[in-house]
Amino acid sequence: MNVPTLFGLCGAVLVGLGLYGLVVSPQPLRKILAFNLVGSGVFLLFGVVARRGAALGMGGDPVPQALVITGIVVAFSATALAVALVLRLHDMTGAATLAPADADEPPVA
Amino acid sequence: MNLALLFDGMLVVLILAVAVWTVTVRDSFAAGIGYAVYGLLLALAWVRLAAVDAALTEAAIGGGLTSVLMIRATVRLRAGEAAARAATPGPLPRLLAALLGGSVAAGLALVVLALPDPAPTLAPQVAEHIATTGLGNAVTAVLLSFRAIDTLLEAVVLIYALIAVWTLTPDRFWGGRPGPKYETDPNGMLAYLARLLPPIGIVVAVYVLWVGADLPGGKFQAGTLLAAMWLLAIMAGLTEAPPISRRWLRGVLVAGTVVFLAIGFAGVPLAGAFLAYPEGFAKPLIVAIEAASMLSIAFTLALLVLGPPERRDQA
Amino acid sequence: MSQLLDLWTVLAVGAGVFFFFAGTVGLLRFPDTLTRLHALTKADNLGLGLVVLGLLPRVGSPLAGLKLICVWLLVLLASATASQLIARVARRAGPPA
Repeated sequence: MNVPTLFGLCGAVLVGLGLYGLVVSPQPLRKILAFNLVGSGVFLLFGVVARRGAALGMGGDPVPQALVITGIVVAFSATALAVALVLRLHDMTGAATLAPADADEPPVA
Repeated sequence: MNLALLFDGMLVVLILAVAVWTVTVRDSFAAGIGYAVYGLLLALAWVRLAAVDAALTEAAIGGGLTSVLMIRATVRLRAGEAAARAATPGPLPRLLAALLGGSVAAGLALVVLALPDPAPTLAPQVAEHIATTGLGNAVTAVLLSFRAIDTLLEAVVLIYALIAVWTLTPDRFWGGRPGPKYETDPNGMLAYLARLLPPIGIVVAVYVLWVGADLPGGKFQAGTLLAAMWLLAIMAGLTEAPPISRRWLRGVLVAGTVVFLAIGFAGVPLAGAFLAYPEGFAKPLIVAIEAASMLSIAFTLALLVLGPPERRDQA
Repeated sequence: MSQLLDLWTVLAVGAGVFFFFAGTVGLLRFPDTLTRLHALTKADNLGLGLVVLGLLPRVGSPLAGLKLICVWLLVLLASATASQLIARVARRAGPPA
């Protein structure tokens, strides 16, 4: 077991955990939070791939590292849009979950 | 088993524990706080993976801005919290979800364990060509030279996200100011901090931008710092968010992309390709793009946190 | 001389870690918001300060040392403000039932 593998396994668990939260949480904001967990787990896997590619005095392969930085910023903008959508939905319908208003169907995630 | 691995193991346990807590805790407000802690711990993990640029971004955006966004939204949705909690699925769907998450995690873990050795890497290519950019920070070189088109498109994505958020404005507030009007004690602690910290924050942001050429740092980290300082001043009631119809605001929001595109197109006659830098001018041009982008990123991020306009402009 | 500096680092960082530990125990064990804040701010600020003092002889350049001290001062400022704000909310909410 070395350091990159350890964090790689951590990233894998985070993705699984985020998926669980995404499905199980009834509150839309909690779903968004869980989705961010999935995202950060994926970024961590990128970081592991970068670390394994360390060469020539560089601590890691800079290409995946740059992709992760871009990814974190884009993930934030998507999160902000999702939160704005949830708040607007709440303002218009008063709904606290994503469940269809007048149906017995299970909530659509 | 050496000491460093022990430390990393403890860090991983802590990260996973906080992540489990953010998913399972009853109170959504607590989950928002938990996510801030999670972001900071994850930043430590990035340092351990020798990706300090990513660590700075994660701490600033993952731990900072995302949590502010989440906590603000949670407070606004607090009234529906109990009703939403009642809709928690029963044991069987939860078990199925756990199976789904578990199998995806197991699959990814197998992939991690089966990664090829020696690992494929682009580091030698970057090391070979970094001299042409005049930069010392390989990540900045990738972001602004080798993969500059990605970074350009990302700036566009940020603006699109902001436009999408603004399209959610109710008609009667279009062109108004985002966020509520914050009323705080003008002599209180928060106002004091909001007077004391921004000058320091601005200096640190310019420093982070400037050293980004050679050391970890750059426009995203610096822009996030500036956004945080602006948000602090707004939330302390010292200043107000500008109405989104202001021309200067829209100009600042696109300035980074415009400068990026202009330098990109100038590369066609001067260096023979879109986004190519003329020999010897790479570093000054990159710093110019970074400086303009930092301002645009700062305003875009702060306005993304504030959300669509909620009140008319009563200037 | 260098051994003396090593000893200083070990002692100061060790003391800092002790204060972090004490603060964390207080955070977990104290009964209400105000006492928990007390444990957190006093112990963590002192803890971080001692860790910074302990690391000062190890920095490569005066600039790096200055950065470390700036980090400590900024944390002092931020944590003092945050605890003040939290304490005000806690006081407005009244003592716990």
